Amino acid sequence: MSRPRATAFLNARLMDPESGLDKPGGLLVEDGIIADMGNHLRRNAPKGADVIDCNGHVLAPGLIDCQVFTGEPGHEHRETLATASNAAAAGGVTTIVCMPETEPVIDQVALVDFIRRRARDTALVNVHTMAAATKGLAGAEMTEIGLLKEAGAVAFSNGKSSIQDTALLRNVLNYAKDFDALIVHHTEDPYLSRSGVMNSGEVATRLGLPGVNKLAETIVLERDVRLVEMTGGRYHAATISCAESIAVIRHAKKRKLPVTCGVSINHLTLNENDIGPYRTFFRIRPPLRGEDDRRAMVTALAEGHIDVIVSSHDPQDADTKRRPFAEAADGAIGLETLLAAALRLYHNEEIDLMRLLRAMTINPARLLGLSSGRLQEGAPADIILIDLGQPWVVDKDGLKSRSKNSPFDEGKLQGRVLHTMVAGKSVYRYPAGKRG
Amino acid sequence: MQKGETLIDTAITLNAMRPDLLVVRHHAAGAVELLSQKVDCSVINAGDGAHQHPTQGLLDALTIRRAKGRIEGLTVAICGDVLHSRVARSNINILNTLGARVRIVAPSTLLPSSPDRLGAEIFTNMKEGIKDADIVMMLRLQRERMEGTYVPSSREFFHFFGLDEDKLQLARPDALIMHPGPMNRGVEIDSTVADHSRSVIREQVEMGVAVRMAVLETLARHLPNR
Repeated sequence: MSRPRATAFLNARLMDPESGLDKPGGLLVEDGIIADMGNHLRRNAPKGADVIDCNGHVLAPGLIDCQVFTGEPGHEHRETLATASNAAAAGGVTTIVCMPETEPVIDQVALVDFIRRRARDTALVNVHTMAAATKGLAGAEMTEIGLLKEAGAVAFSNGKSSIQDTALLRNVLNYAKDFDALIVHHTEDPYLSRSGVMNSGEVATRLGLPGVNKLAETIVLERDVRLVEMTGGRYHAATISCAESIAVIRHAKKRKLPVTCGVSINHLTLNENDIGPYRTFFRIRPPLRGEDDRRAMVTALAEGHIDVIVSSHDPQDADTKRRPFAEAADGAIGLETLLAAALRLYHNEEIDLMRLLRAMTINPARLLGLSSGRLQEGAPADIILIDLGQPWVVDKDGLKSRSKNSPFDEGKLQGRVLHTMVAGKSVYRYPAGKRG
Repeated sequence: MQKGETLIDTAITLNAMRPDLLVVRHHAAGAVELLSQKVDCSVINAGDGAHQHPTQGLLDALTIRRAKGRIEGLTVAICGDVLHSRVARSNINILNTLGARVRIVAPSTLLPSSPDRLGAEIFTNMKEGIKDADIVMMLRLQRERMEGTYVPSSREFFHFFGLDEDKLQLARPDALIMHPGPMNRGVEIDSTVADHSRSVIREQVEMGVAVRMAVLETLARHLPNR
């Protein structure tokens, strides 16, 4: 494969969430890394370099999305690594972390290796694996955490179900600690949530749908934090969704426990009222909460209590979604709309841009030990150019994901990725065919 | 005991036979202590649960002293399932008493609680724990412990905590290899390493006979009414 030429981004607003840099300037990419950046490059490109005029738009590190479900292997008709990467590139996501909930489950070294090679051969963006913490995601036996980490798994999760066996979770945290492996856990008590299909409350009552009390999430989170206290293992609550859970996280952090948490873009921008007339694209897990909780998530993010924003991209096909709400599968896609939806919070002046970007770049990078997520000399050239103001209307059929279950369908968003670069190679441009 | 008789009843029955000495092994920690309170003769603990195996500690110490000429100042790395091991506890006792520097090497899930209080240096990384050790003592990992509760698989355990040629290189060039037996070849110890020239596993067995003869003889010399 021939080496890409040098590329110079001129006339940009350089933003690096790690250092807090927010200045006009230019940036030079060479051999897949950021070779040089600064004001001296604002107008002048070195000879022979491809030139891209950024027109003053934001040049930032590409986004790192640490919760992405795909259908590869097992349900390729929903999404492959290739199609997910297309959606990611269009959304400015240059690194995706794939969940182990495939068929077969990613609980063996050979399967981590499969994903790595498949991604190398077919995906446009960087792909990492979050391996299963228990065999078959059954919550009964630990997986070979040491060997899986050596094979490249960046973290371990039990997928969409919480480990119920407290002693097992304690052992997992204890064991993982020896390998400095991160345990990512979905927190939901299966007994309390067994028959619920949405958040319990007035909306569920009016719709006649069984609800799950949000404390089903907090109960498990509180238990898990005590297990972290017992073992000292690194723990990340995958997607929290209510104020009570935030309180638990804050308390844990105050006690300096190795606890972090993520929030899905859906819980920052949508609430249970958006379900409207039983729209199944709004059936997700954790369920959409009330507006109070949505606001609490936004405030918590703005105050730095939430570390990471994920898309929780979960492709589901018509088979599983075009059913009565209570029978539909949960899940919403979100790779392509993650950034624009997040920018709603910026445009509404609820969060400043740097903090927003931080939660999608350097914070996930640090959590997972990745060298990307930074706009700095020497960092991998995973870069995006963002037009913060450009309005667009989401048309689900125009989205690049193979599945179309987007809760932002027909939504008006403001903000769009103009250019996505991964390891020095341009993988997306808007409009298509535009150069410079 | 098989017929449902309680331990105490067994003790009383045995005592009625007026034995000179009893040698007792039991799966429950403290059972030997309990039995010894109910009999008039001396009781030798042949291993009670995960608590102690005193004669094993003695024979291991004897083996070391015969091979190395001393115990004081030697670095001994005890590796494996320390959590469930009476051999580990007895060895930590006796080796510390005799002035050795004891290390414990195990994944966190196989360490006992408050490991720092045992009087040994704790390592959860075998490469670090075995570095420059004079003695490498491997413990057996039972089948049921390697299925995913404490340890994910025997393959993973062997990769990170098994004694193989590579890891052995990190110990001193004249380091001894020990194992209380029976061995799980390929799990805690590589088959080739078990048969290594510096393995004293067979000597341990031989010293075991000698030590137990000595214990019996010493106690027999002090019987009442002799």
